[in-house]
Amino acid sequence: MAYSDKVIDHYSNPRNVGTLDKSKKTVGTGLVGAPECGDVMRLQIEVDETTNTITDAKFKTFGCGSAIASSSLATEWLKGKTVDEALAIDNMEIVEELALPPVKIHCSVLAEDAIKMAINDYRVKNGLPALELEKSHH
Amino acid sequence: MLKLPIYLDNNATTPLDPRVLEAMMPYLTDVFGNAASRNHPFGWAAEEGVDYARTQISQLINCDPKEIIFTSGATEGDNLGIKGVFEMYSQRGNHIITATTEHKAVLDTCKHIEKLGGKVTYLPVNEQGLISLDELEAAMTPQTILVTIMYGNNETGTVQPIREIAAIAHKHGALFMTDGTQAAGKIPVDVQADGIDLMAFTAHKMYGPKGVGALYVRRKNPRVKVTAQMDGGGHERGMRSGTLNVPGIVGFGKACELARLEMAADAERLSKLRDKLEAELLTLEESYVNGSREHRLPHVTNISFKYVEGEGLMMGVKDLAVSSGSACTSASLEPSYVLKALGLSDDLAHSSLRFGLSRFTTDEQIDYAINHVKEAVTKLREMSPLWEMHKEGVDLSTIEWAEH
Repeated sequence: MAYSDKVIDHYSNPRNVGTLDKSKKTVGTGLVGAPECGDVMRLQIEVDETTNTITDAKFKTFGCGSAIASSSLATEWLKGKTVDEALAIDNMEIVEELALPPVKIHCSVLAEDAIKMAINDYRVKNGLPALELEKSHH
Repeated sequence: MLKLPIYLDNNATTPLDPRVLEAMMPYLTDVFGNAASRNHPFGWAAEEGVDYARTQISQLINCDPKEIIFTSGATEGDNLGIKGVFEMYSQRGNHIITATTEHKAVLDTCKHIEKLGGKVTYLPVNEQGLISLDELEAAMTPQTILVTIMYGNNETGTVQPIREIAAIAHKHGALFMTDGTQAAGKIPVDVQADGIDLMAFTAHKMYGPKGVGALYVRRKNPRVKVTAQMDGGGHERGMRSGTLNVPGIVGFGKACELARLEMAADAERLSKLRDKLEAELLTLEESYVNGSREHRLPHVTNISFKYVEGEGLMMGVKDLAVSSGSACTSASLEPSYVLKALGLSDDLAHSSLRFGLSRFTTDEQIDYAINHVKEAVTKLREMSPLWEMHKEGVDLSTIEWAEH
């Protein structure tokens, strides 16, 4: 299968690979996927409580090039966004940006789910109720 | 300067040896006759080329030239052998024994036999990829007409105990067939000493051209016959009609001659190179060789790298042409059934790479491959949350995954 140039770029030079201290109150972690499905994505955000802005984002992904690229792109987009803005990221924006083929759309869905899960983790840690998330369609 | 990508997928197909091409050239140009044309020199010249090739091929596997039935390749050979025996010996019985790790050309043919009312036993293999001789013995029935077990496996290179299998088949009055596609030309295959009654093999796995292969069919002790699956002019002693692919056959003959003469030296050199590749890659933590390392073709290794995803790995080793146990890159998402038959979990089967070396593989290429794979695996693990958890001592089986 031919990968788009953007997928190859993110795969070859992944942005923001790494780990944030998940014990910190300001860090939210989202872990989605399963090893036997061939994709596990972990996305972390660090939030400035006063501005409600995401100051840092890191990922680690076990998966194909498209999964790696989707999470790498997500971390790029998250940095500097408010939590509310981050919640609005739609998987189809990732699909478009990376020119993912239909068989790889699930990679973008995983990234969106990971973002939402990380935000909910942050909210629960800070005494806010978890948001009721609409179950993505896959 | 090293040319990239490096071809290490020689179990899929091998490049044509220039000496084979040279032997074929006249038959692609001036000597164009039909080998079945008996009444003019064009036909005679073509027939002469075919006869010579038949001798070259028979010398590789120690049989009589008349026992070689030309086909379009090993898939046709497997089909003709299995279906042909099933039809020819239907009076004697309807039971065939094979193994779960066979090539699809055998497995799907056996499925077809089941649709026709035949009974097929699919023997399991152990973690080494070997069948159990006791289980084979126990599976034999008075209705068993054929045991068909491949010589060397295409994914792992595992070599089955062919002589022992043949002996058990014969003891119970069944014929023994083997898919010799990967073994012929790579390790000594002697149909007399091995007790093989039928064997499918092909030119393009041994530096010959694509589109030509053969089915060896024993003529003596016992005399074996197969019912033709292709009807027509009655070529190949009535077992396979169709105008012979003369240039292909001439190339196949030359490839067999070269294999006979160079096999020992090739195998010695390639097994050393393979062992070096394997030893270096096994220095990576959590990497495992799939299949038997003791009973194996000399030019093959299949290695799984845990905590690395197969498709991502394939993308990471873009400078190598290798094959993966992950079928992600093809239409299905199912990992290799051969590796699963060895007891590998889905994730370990997905994260495997198969390396097949050839006569043309150089030391320099292997050195490059070693570094390239090491870099890719290391980089992907640094990116893998599973690797991080493993390093932290987290038991991944205890995690509740957010399933998709």
